[in-house]
Amino acid sequence: MSAVFFFIAAIGAISGALGVVMLRNPFYAVLALAGHLVSLAGLFLLLRAEFVAFAQVIVYAGAVMVLYVFVVAYVGGGEALPSGAVLRVLGPLFGLALAIVLSIAMLGSSLKGIQGKGAAYTLGFGTPRHIGTLLLTKYLFPFEGASILLLVAAVGAVVLARRRRGLEEPGDLERPEAPRIRAISPGYIGSMAEGAGVRLPPRHEPVESEFGPVGAPGQPDGGGW
Amino acid sequence: MAIGWYLVVSAIIFCIGAGGVLARRNPLVVLLCLELMLNGANLALIAFARMWGGESGQVFALIVMVVAASEVTVGLGLIVAIFRRRLPIDVDELSELHG
Amino acid sequence: MAVTTFAWLVLLCPLVGTVVIALGYRHLPGRSAGWIGTLAITMSFAFSVVVLVSLLSHGDHHRVFVSSLWNYDVSAGVNAKMQILVDPLSVFMILVVSGVSALIHLYSVSYMWEDRGFRRYFSYLNYFVFSMLLLVLAGNFIILIIGWAFVGAASYLLISFWYRRTTATRAGLKAFLINVVGDVGLVLATFILYHHTGTVGFLGTFHAVPHVFGHNSPALVVACLLLGVGAFAKSAQVPLHTWLPDAMEGPTPVSALIHAATMVTAGVYLIARMHPLFDQAPTAADVTAIGGCLTLLIAATIALVQVDIKRVIAYSTMSQIGYMIMAVSVGAYSAGLFHLMTHAFFKALLFMAAGSIIGAMAGVQSLDRMGGFRRALPFTFACFMIGGLALSGMPPFSGWLSKDDILAYLFHRGSWFVVLGVAGYVGAFLTGVYTFRMIFRAFWGEPVEEARELEHGHLAHAEVPRNPLTGEEEDTDVGFPGPGHFIAERELPMKIAMGALALLTVIGGVVQIPGVDDAVTRFLEPTFADSRLARAHIATGTSWLGLVIGALIAGGAIATAYRIWVREPTITTVLRNRFAALYTFLSNKWYFDELIDTLVVRPVLWLGGLVSTMLERTVISGLITDGPVAVVRAGSAAVRRSETGFVRYYAAAMVICMFGVALYFLVSSS
Repeated sequence: MSAVFFFIAAIGAISGALGVVMLRNPFYAVLALAGHLVSLAGLFLLLRAEFVAFAQVIVYAGAVMVLYVFVVAYVGGGEALPSGAVLRVLGPLFGLALAIVLSIAMLGSSLKGIQGKGAAYTLGFGTPRHIGTLLLTKYLFPFEGASILLLVAAVGAVVLARRRRGLEEPGDLERPEAPRIRAISPGYIGSMAEGAGVRLPPRHEPVESEFGPVGAPGQPDGGGW
Repeated sequence: MAIGWYLVVSAIIFCIGAGGVLARRNPLVVLLCLELMLNGANLALIAFARMWGGESGQVFALIVMVVAASEVTVGLGLIVAIFRRRLPIDVDELSELHG
Repeated sequence: MAVTTFAWLVLLCPLVGTVVIALGYRHLPGRSAGWIGTLAITMSFAFSVVVLVSLLSHGDHHRVFVSSLWNYDVSAGVNAKMQILVDPLSVFMILVVSGVSALIHLYSVSYMWEDRGFRRYFSYLNYFVFSMLLLVLAGNFIILIIGWAFVGAASYLLISFWYRRTTATRAGLKAFLINVVGDVGLVLATFILYHHTGTVGFLGTFHAVPHVFGHNSPALVVACLLLGVGAFAKSAQVPLHTWLPDAMEGPTPVSALIHAATMVTAGVYLIARMHPLFDQAPTAADVTAIGGCLTLLIAATIALVQVDIKRVIAYSTMSQIGYMIMAVSVGAYSAGLFHLMTHAFFKALLFMAAGSIIGAMAGVQSLDRMGGFRRALPFTFACFMIGGLALSGMPPFSGWLSKDDILAYLFHRGSWFVVLGVAGYVGAFLTGVYTFRMIFRAFWGEPVEEARELEHGHLAHAEVPRNPLTGEEEDTDVGFPGPGHFIAERELPMKIAMGALALLTVIGGVVQIPGVDDAVTRFLEPTFADSRLARAHIATGTSWLGLVIGALIAGGAIATAYRIWVREPTITTVLRNRFAALYTFLSNKWYFDELIDTLVVRPVLWLGGLVSTMLERTVISGLITDGPVAVVRAGSAAVRRSETGFVRYYAAAMVICMFGVALYFLVSSS
């Protein structure tokens, strides 16, 4: 009996997964995922994980998918353009290769436990009481960490989605032109480079000044020795 | 059914998700395929929890669900912000973080 | 307290002065930096006098003291300590240096009053005095080299004091580079001496030299010639002299202190101090004597045609130092040092007076523009006359006694030194001519406009400040001379300093009158006791004959100058046209600058260019810096191409790698 349920749930899950990947319209893909999630909850129930299945349906299929639905409704858009040719073919091929390897690994594994149906059933396995006890004793730290993570995600979502003062057009976000300051650069700033530079007037040319020619010695600048 | 069957199903779901991430261009659908991969991992965790008899795997799976929820939140927030900026909703076009 | 303690205090005062001014300049109010500097040097002079008194209180043969503060390296024979040697020679030098420096500091307080770099100036000037005192008090070669280098640095800082003038900075660089040549000579000589004697202390070396080196042994001759190179570079002797006239770019008190009275005499001090070495290597001593003689004549001829008043006095310094070098090279140590002392007095006086008349001319230094300042600047005129008469060697001024003391000794030594003596007299004649050419041109004749205004009490003021050499326009901000011009008649500190030096110039000669007293010789005797040359005794009659000849030559020179420049000024044009080629040759300073440019500067620049292109660009840039950088850049560019920005490719890469890892584990576990 459980085998029948197993196959129904498994086929439901796999077809849901295929639907997500292959359906063009993202709205339909979301719906396919929702179906996949419910089938997965069924598989969880078969594995005696009551609380997890319950959480899956309420949290995942309930809250997260609803969020998806809203965003898809807002953003919309099917794919008008074809996917990049290379990866459209290679993608699934890589996936297939990985699946084959994983299956071989699992089926050829020397783990004895996977041939059996699982450990002996203890009463209350998978009930909220046991999960709750574990969360509050042995796994307290990850529990608290997860709650902080949720807080961070909430803050992040708010920050990402807020409007900024109406500046939404890409064209509005140009920076204003930095004002061009024209500094008056002095001709002679007294740097050592200028001090040691080669800017002397030629040596033996008399320089005309208001006092008469100031020449080097030996120039005919008016007689006198 | 033996635990091994569940593991095989988990592997198949995971790989379908991986192929979907590579093959689709709409970021929303890419995120959906990412969810698929996470769910595949969750199934494997629950199966092993059943195999060993302890509930650690289930707790782990719960935490994974929390992580997935946060990631979806932030991812969708990004997509909404991108949409608001009138940029194309296409992972191949959003490639400014290149070297 | 011990003699050496006071000697350390002599060194400490200017060091404290420079540190206080340099570090606390922001907090020093008004012009107190100048007074602090002057006070520091005055205290140093006071301590020098105390050292002198203390030294004289010891017996004649116990006047050599050595004192160390700390060890630098005492190991395996190297005994390098912070060591000073206090003996009559060093005491003589510190008295002259600190005394003249104190007077020049006093003069500078007025001269630099409106300069924006007032505090920097006094910090540098105190640093210079400290370095010079360190040099002359040094007790071993290490401290000597340190003092030598510091003095060169101080000279550079002060020559390019007005650093926004291109001419000043180039002159500073030139002085520093030529001094480095001298430094190299000094250091190499130290190496050679240490290698042979095994000690760096002076006394140890002097004791060891007669035993380690034979008479005129090649190693010692080489070492002494290298010492000579050092002395010639520092004292501006031919061929390492080209920096001294350019050094006149510095402020006039700097020229007075460094390039007349103290730093340029360091070479004379070096040869005098190293006399035991030169005694053992007479060849080297002869070379330096000839060098001094050549410089004497060359400098005197160039001074005849200089137009810039400061450059006339600079060449005159070069010429007089030639006398001193000649003296200490042939053994007339006390005569040479006596001339050093008197020269310090009258040369500093001449420079100070030149500073005064340049102030009256509002910064113009050209003799072509000066004339008739006798009535306008009476005190400056008196100082010029006193200094000029002493320089020319007229009785009874001190210059006459000291210069002829040297020449008498030369004739006494006989043989070929007589030639040097005759050259000395020729030089003395030329000295008189060029000195009084300068004085007659500046103070006789029709008063120029600035002089006439000054007679009415109005000091000239330049509308646009100009570079005195090139006529370029400047301003009066930091890095250029300040707007104020000062003359001695109006500034009391300048008057006091010049008056003191004038007095010393007049009476300074009384300490060594032949036949009457020989205070200098007797005082210096302990230092030169081991020299066979210094014990020579010249008959009084010969000395007085030399003095009379000297006086006659000086008188004749002054009369010649009077005739040419006062009575018949037109002769100058006639002479200039007749000897045009000679005039050009002398005006271009015997083309030494051009010679050094061709022989040294251009080849070095060419070599530098060659090394730059071949070695630096190819090897260092290509192989060591730019090469590996380019390789890394290319590598990273290649790797960067994997960062495409496409999320799906990244995801695909991840999936492939996951597949690979799983496959690996699968394979390895089977």
